[in-house]
Amino acid sequence: MSVKVMIPTPLRVYAGKRDSADVSAATVGEALGGLTSQFAELRKHLYTEDGKLRAFVNVYLNDEDIRYLKQENTPTKDGDTISIIPSIAGGSAENSN
Amino acid sequence: MNEPLELGITAELAEKIREHGVETYPYECCGALLGTDHDVLANAPNQESGRISREVLSLFPLVNRRDDSPRNRFAVTADDVREAEKAARAQGLEVIGWYHSHPDHPAMPSDFDRDHAWPWYSYIIVSVHTGVPQDMTSWRLKDDRSGYLEEKISPMKVSAAN
Repeated sequence: MSVKVMIPTPLRVYAGKRDSADVSAATVGEALGGLTSQFAELRKHLYTEDGKLRAFVNVYLNDEDIRYLKQENTPTKDGDTISIIPSIAGGSAENSN
Repeated sequence: MNEPLELGITAELAEKIREHGVETYPYECCGALLGTDHDVLANAPNQESGRISREVLSLFPLVNRRDDSPRNRFAVTADDVREAEKAARAQGLEVIGWYHSHPDHPAMPSDFDRDHAWPWYSYIIVSVHTGVPQDMTSWRLKDDRSGYLEEKISPMKVSAAN
């Protein structure tokens, strides 16, 4: 099953400047795995060292946040679009408050 | 990224960032930098010789979503990012980075900034001490996420979009 993964602007430099990639996958997790197999440099920006999606990486399956579906186990079907949308955070000091 | 990094911005837009930092003091302000990057973005016009490759041409001020700790944290949700991208596209631009203020702290990225940063984006930080804007710096995350590279903020006399 072919799924299109939309690559956000800050990561395109690690994906041959492409804004999307077609991968074969049955779940969202497989699609992201396919993407990072094609473009290995993407992996450290999407996943923590222990293999979890980074907190500021938001993944949508056809406009639905996968946190409200079955997360990375969410099944995909032919023609689905997966979007990776950044959220942005930062701050001045080490400790909150 | 071996070449020196440079970010072009007009004095007017830089002043708007400072004003936003003063307005929200003692809390952090945040917003999106809209512009062009001639090295990466397909829709950017051909670069003229001597022109800065990355230019801020518009701002998209946002509300800091970290209402639990707004003095030393800022957050921009995925929905805000989508709104900023929509605003950029409407002007024929792209989101090329983000700005935020450091109330009563230097304009240096913190470890917290680094842990949450995306590569490629420019991150402008303006320091605001006792309500008065101080230094403004800009940074890009290193490819290996180990730290930041400072980029030179270059004043532009007129917007390249004009």
